[in-house]
Amino acid sequence: MTLLPPTPSQTVGPFFGHALPYEGGGDLVPAGHPGAISVHGYVRDGNGDAVPDALLEFWQPGTGLGRVATGADGHWSVRTAPPPAARPYLPVCVFARGLMHHLFTRAYIGPAAAAGGLLAAVPEERRSTLIARPEGDGTYRFDIRLQGEKETVFLDFHG
Amino acid sequence: MTGPVAGWGIPSQERITAEIAAAHGSAVKPEHHPRRDFAPYRSSVLRHPHRAPVPVGDPDAAERTAPVLGTRDVRAGDADLTRQHPGEPLGERITVTGRVLDRAGRPVRGQLVEVWQANAAGRYAHERDRHPAPLDPNFTGVGRCRTDDEGRYAFTTIRPGAYPWRNHVNAWRPAHIHFSVFGTAFAQRLVTQMYFPGDPLFPYDPILQAVTDPAARARLVAAYDHALSRPEWSLGYRWDIVLDGPAATLPGPEETS
Repeated sequence: MTLLPPTPSQTVGPFFGHALPYEGGGDLVPAGHPGAISVHGYVRDGNGDAVPDALLEFWQPGTGLGRVATGADGHWSVRTAPPPAARPYLPVCVFARGLMHHLFTRAYIGPAAAAGGLLAAVPEERRSTLIARPEGDGTYRFDIRLQGEKETVFLDFHG
Repeated sequence: MTGPVAGWGIPSQERITAEIAAAHGSAVKPEHHPRRDFAPYRSSVLRHPHRAPVPVGDPDAAERTAPVLGTRDVRAGDADLTRQHPGEPLGERITVTGRVLDRAGRPVRGQLVEVWQANAAGRYAHERDRHPAPLDPNFTGVGRCRTDDEGRYAFTTIRPGAYPWRNHVNAWRPAHIHFSVFGTAFAQRLVTQMYFPGDPLFPYDPILQAVTDPAARARLVAAYDHALSRPEWSLGYRWDIVLDGPAATLPGPEETS
């Protein structure tokens, strides 16, 4: 079958702030949800500088969609349910001014994250970029580095 | 002369145009998507990964399912950007419509389509837009709708203006409408920009030109469709959107709460 050629991506640009983020966009589960966890981190560029105009989306089947913009310091935060053992990760999609085509990555969370799957296929020295680091009290740290040293592992679903 | 002058670290249009030509000349095969590493667009320099993305073949990947937004989040009237304020916005009233399809040509049904754009003077209703063009109190420039059973979306709005930016001296973005589209899989997610046919700014714009294949660039340009124009009311444009990436391998998209 001949496939239709896809519509090319274009950058989200700098001026999405009044259009895409919405109230409660970081709440995949409501406050007080039993067992809820907090996942947060910073988005940084190839110089290690904060990316203050990134937009992140999170999709957890059965839980919900999250959408948050980074702050002036590049920080973001979402509240969600712990991912299931069968899929011990939080899918992340990164948009930003300067980024012509969004990037997918995953925040692996919890003890099941150590087992096999994608993590085993990633070179050991880069694996830690996919693992959300527990900080206690149900809080996990997941930084996204777009380029350079400790560059985050990004994913391709088109192959 | 009110703007910056080339030579103090701010490149000229000639320099950017030459860089675009060199990048296009080095493209060995047509590529559907823009290059993330496209230096003529200066903001991309520190914001593209150096490493190739890692392929994920897992058929059970969470990214092969998708949320369905919209039942709760889209209100009647959200698709008409000219009726969000007490008065009518200034500018040329247009309708933009088309279908959202996957690469097999199947319609993407009941999914959220979001748009945002500058006003007719080329100014965004965004606090960080400093372009000295007037804001329009009757235009926010944000809309949303859900696709119908044929994958069709439709917006009524005004034609946005071109606007200056600081990528290089005398840099102007061609008029465009930003689109955000969900498919049947999260991996089909698309954010892009729709342009208007015949815009003389196309060759100067490193964002459009980051798509190095002319045929792919043409897919970002809407067609004027006289049959869509309404007498003494609005001009019509047609633009279909084809989502890349794997369709859902699991039953239909999940409804979010």
